[in-house]
Amino acid sequence: MAQVALRNIVKMFDRTPAVQGIDLDISDREFIVLVGPSGCGKSTTLRMIAGLEEATSGEIYIGDQLVNDVPPKDRDIAMVFQNYALYPHMTVFENMSFGLRLKKFPKPEIRERVQAAARILDITNLLDRRPKQLSGGQRQRVAMGRAIVRNPKVFLFDEPLSNLDAKLRVQMRTEIKKIHQTVTTTTVYVTHDQVEAMTLADRVVIMNGGRIDQIGSPHEVYHKPRTQFVAGFIGSPTMNFLPCRLVENGAGLTVRLSDWLALPVPPSREARYRPRVGQEMIFGLRPEHIREGRGDMPPGSAAFDARLDVVEPMGMETMVYFIVDGVEVCGRVDPAAAGNVGESMRLVADLNQMHLIDPRTEVVI
Amino acid sequence: MADVVARDIRIPARSGQLSLHKFARRKSTIAFLMALPLIAIIACLVIYPAFYSIHLASLNKSMTKFVGFGNFEFLFRRNTFWMVVEQSLLFAITAVIFKAVVGFIVAHFVHNLPSQGQRKWRGMLLIPWVIPPAMSTLAWLWLFDPSYSAFNWVFTHLGIPQVAWLGNPYWARFCVILVNIWVGSPFFMIMYLAALKSVPEQLHEAAAIDGANWFQKIWYINLPMMRNIIQITALFSLIVTFANFDIVKILTNGGPVDQTHVFATWAFTLAIWGNDIPLGASVSLFMAPILAIAAFFILRNVRRRGNEA
Ligand SMILES: Nc1ncnc2c1ncn2[C@@H]1O[C@H](COP(=O)(O)OP(=O)(O)OP(=O)(O)O)[C@@H](O)[C@H]1O
Ligand SMILES: [Mg+2]
Repeated sequence: MAQVALRNIVKMFDRTPAVQGIDLDISDREFIVLVGPSGCGKSTTLRMIAGLEEATSGEIYIGDQLVNDVPPKDRDIAMVFQNYALYPHMTVFENMSFGLRLKKFPKPEIRERVQAAARILDITNLLDRRPKQLSGGQRQRVAMGRAIVRNPKVFLFDEPLSNLDAKLRVQMRTEIKKIHQTVTTTTVYVTHDQVEAMTLADRVVIMNGGRIDQIGSPHEVYHKPRTQFVAGFIGSPTMNFLPCRLVENGAGLTVRLSDWLALPVPPSREARYRPRVGQEMIFGLRPEHIREGRGDMPPGSAAFDARLDVVEPMGMETMVYFIVDGVEVCGRVDPAAAGNVGESMRLVADLNQMHLIDPRTEVVI
Repeated sequence: MADVVARDIRIPARSGQLSLHKFARRKSTIAFLMALPLIAIIACLVIYPAFYSIHLASLNKSMTKFVGFGNFEFLFRRNTFWMVVEQSLLFAITAVIFKAVVGFIVAHFVHNLPSQGQRKWRGMLLIPWVIPPAMSTLAWLWLFDPSYSAFNWVFTHLGIPQVAWLGNPYWARFCVILVNIWVGSPFFMIMYLAALKSVPEQLHEAAAIDGANWFQKIWYINLPMMRNIIQITALFSLIVTFANFDIVKILTNGGPVDQTHVFATWAFTLAIWGNDIPLGASVSLFMAPILAIAAFFILRNVRRRGNEA
């Protein structure tokens, strides 16, 4: 059990930077998920914590110990690789007990620990098999078993579920969550799947181009994104972004999106946005906050009519797309209320959930 | 309709009867027929000489009379024969073990070099193997020369007594083995390097995280993963080394007093210099059963592991 700290970590491969100055404090027993698009430096960061890559500069602490010069074998961490990296010439039992055998644990204790881990993962009947004789999901469990058995200070996961099919992925996701609740070891988990990030994490770390854009609870990064990148990355379908102008409208403020569409800013946001009056901004609103018009109109909402361009029924809900000044905008509506393509439909935007983004800094105001 | 049935052997209704038509359509039959010309050539080139040497071994010295096992009985009663058996085994086994060890170690060094420099080193390390042994052995012969050689020159300067490299039976045995190792280890190096490259890097990373040091990574990961290549290479090299001719012939010509003869050189000496071709043939026939036994054990292991891994 231990906390992990990264202090201004930089990693260069030759002269190309992969990670450009990361600060991160992970507390004991916390489940941290690093998420971001491909090539943003998630794996590199994880591998630096593991000691498989050397940081070009900066400091890494595990527990209270500075581990920059500590080799992986002495860092007391366990890692689950994307393609599992099981030893093909060893049985499941030998795979799981390898670390303990190297550390010269007594045989009965090794057996006991492997059995216990196998019970948690439900693989007791596979202990005599070789990795070749296992399915993808079973290999994944063995890889996790190998990590659990050692009872390390920190678990590191590098996209452990990305080689599984969709159904198994959901199942294993739940399982990982359960296991973390049982063994409560500090965990750093890398994924590019935002659903995994949102469901597993105590805190999500969103990385972009070798930097951290935001660290926060799943709730925070969803509702209070710090940058346009985070706002667009979290949530599916992604947030609608529209160029707009913030204008004064009597006592209140209005975002003008096009000559036919302008939406009033709710009073609670006025103080925050007033300094930006007259500026070109980017308006952001999630599809789930554009709904069909119902009888009542909650405060902060605004109704408007839009001509539907595309209609996508998803079963539980229907996605409707309409065009505002050449930009496609998506709304999520009740299937029963959805109109047909080409028709006009009454929609309601929940502006309490709106975001305004400065187009120069791409920071959410 | 018949075509369809013949093509799909899994159709149960007809699979019991093996018509000629179907037999000819089988993939394995076709493969066999296509390989037949090559098989025939190999049969002529291998089986004919083999039987011919068995025939030769059963004749008397002037090749006029059938003597059965007479040549073998004669050999068994000669001390030189047993000495050659002993020296051949010593020569082949020692040389193969050292070639494997040297090749294994050098392969690990080369594998861990940065990738830009690797190609250059690989090429240079292959040199002993690619120059004709007849030529390089001559160079070694000169190095071992008792009065003018580089080794003895260095020894003199260091105050160490000179060594009669090829004149003393023990040193002569050491020398032929040494030169054989020098010539043969690059082959092991390149085979082991290829095997090493096929060990996924992630296994080393996983082992490092599991707490393995460099030696444990080699012992628990590389060695087991390379085991088949190691055994096949060793078997192949054992055959080639056992049948070695050129190095011994050039370096010592079997001397001093027949102490460094191996099967091939002794057979040559008996047959050509001693004018007793049947006796030479009998000697060379001895290599076959010894190698067959080694091949059997090694290949059996390889096959068994091939099934389980
Ligand atoms: N060994 C390496 N040598 C050179 N460049 C590297 C190396 N490893 C990674 N990089 C570069 O560093 C950057 C970050 O890579 P990294 O593997 O950390 O990305 P990632 O966020 O894990 O992406 P993915 O989601 O695709 O796994 C990439 O631009 C990559 O090309
Ligand atoms: Mg990665």
